Amino acid sequence: MRMILAAAAVLILAALPVFAPWLQFVLTLAIAKGFAALGVAVLLRAGLISIGHAMFFAASAYGVAFLARAGVNDFAVLLILSVLTAALFGAVAGAFLVRYRAIFFAMLNLAVSMVFYALCAKLYGVTGGTDGMAVPIPGIFGVVLAEPAFKSVLFYLSLTLMVLVGFAVHRYLNSPLGHALSAVHTNEIRLEYLGIPVWAVLLIAYVVSAALAGLGGAIAGFAIGRVVPEFAFWTASGHLVLIAVLGGIGGVPGAFLGALFLELLHSAAVTVTDAWNLIVGVALIIVIMFMPQGFYGLLSRKEASSL
Amino acid sequence: MTRPILQAKDLHVAFNGVKAADGVSMEVRDGEFLAIIGPNGSGKTTLLNICTGYIRPKSGRVQLDGQDITQLSPRAIARRGVARAFQIPQLFSAQRVIDNMMLALAAKRGLWSAVRPLETAARREEAKALLELVGLADDSERISSTLPEGHRKLLDIAVALALKPRLLLLDEPTSGVSALERFQLMEALMGALRHQQITALFVEHDMEVVARYASRVLVWNAGNIMAEGLPDKVFSNAEVRERVVGVA
Repeated sequence: MRMILAAAAVLILAALPVFAPWLQFVLTLAIAKGFAALGVAVLLRAGLISIGHAMFFAASAYGVAFLARAGVNDFAVLLILSVLTAALFGAVAGAFLVRYRAIFFAMLNLAVSMVFYALCAKLYGVTGGTDGMAVPIPGIFGVVLAEPAFKSVLFYLSLTLMVLVGFAVHRYLNSPLGHALSAVHTNEIRLEYLGIPVWAVLLIAYVVSAALAGLGGAIAGFAIGRVVPEFAFWTASGHLVLIAVLGGIGGVPGAFLGALFLELLHSAAVTVTDAWNLIVGVALIIVIMFMPQGFYGLLSRKEASSL
Repeated sequence: MTRPILQAKDLHVAFNGVKAADGVSMEVRDGEFLAIIGPNGSGKTTLLNICTGYIRPKSGRVQLDGQDITQLSPRAIARRGVARAFQIPQLFSAQRVIDNMMLALAAKRGLWSAVRPLETAARREEAKALLELVGLADDSERISSTLPEGHRKLLDIAVALALKPRLLLLDEPTSGVSALERFQLMEALMGALRHQQITALFVEHDMEVVARYASRVLVWNAGNIMAEGLPDKVFSNAEVRERVVGVA
């Protein structure tokens, strides 16, 4: 049943830009943020809240811009290398950060991401400062497409990756490693006494989550055509946590549901009033009050009630 | 005499000046079920903490099969075949009973698969067999936090057994368990130990349990070993009866 629902949802998403072309950009951005929120949700399973994951989102987008500036012009190569860049950032930062828990983990992630933001904003000669860097349209298998065609390819590729990567993350979360990650939240002592190195379980999760945020960042960079330091600002990280909580941390679809809801709500609200934040805020309060398990909780209500 | 698996030599540990171990030496021999008894606060749990690497002694050493493990972490000692069950059960409380077991089995064999599911038919069967051994087969699908205390204790022991240890250290396996359930629990435990040929050391306050199940008893008092030997011999010692058993 869930498979049918998921397949129907993907088909509807694929068809939407045919009827409302303006939605293509919004949906691409929502999927990009969904990847990053999924990264946050992976860590949330271990009870760790990262308020700094926008750093990996931005690092990957800057990676694309730097590689493009260096002459790399192939879409697949740019995408893979930028995600690897984010994963590398994740491995370096994670080696230090996974030693911490609770508020210390959250605050240190925030601090590291703000250092990164400051570097992006202040190193004008390297990063273009607050002007950011351009992300040119790359070639796809040697073919350089016009912008509208590229954006369509980008959307459908993002949608495909959402399914494939989402399935891979689902497998990971159901694997022994994924269960060990959830077990960190409930009993670290028992894990150690089972001979399981908690730091390694967390570091793997951290690198996975950074790579997911990186994938989102690269897609966002391609979609927007520019990367700016605001990609890494703390409000962007908070936004990702919000999406993860809104979607529900129980499963992979939650992050994408949360991102789609928030992006569509945002797009609708800005057409109504300048005070669109008010509409978004009220909607969020309603969702959080009446759906404490998030959107994913609606899909797995039976499962949730048995807990 | 059977050879020792675990040996503690000249252990010294103190907490704020209170001596939990004051030059203690002891050993656990292959195949025995050694009970440690003693008053509250005398240092019994501290001994388990030292033997599993949770606490480092001020001086002295612990050897497993003749190899020094004093400075090793609980994780490294667990990998060498020493498992532990706790006074307060240490479970993955939000997970199902069967998931607790399967994760423990995976920890023993192959945690590092990020693609294959935790739940495989073979692993599930193995977990069920262990749960059956300790009498928890009917609880396998329950969330572990919803189990009664006696069953939580048994699950904690079953999780330790899943590591297929050579030596199992148990901290008060019957504490918090009703009088009716404690012998059921001990029978289940003894059956599992015999079935898997596991040597065990257990800290216990219930003298009936000790008298009935221990193959050897060690009496701990104020950081020292006051007496040791077969249960009958130890319980007939007047000083032990007065200070530990509570019968003059």
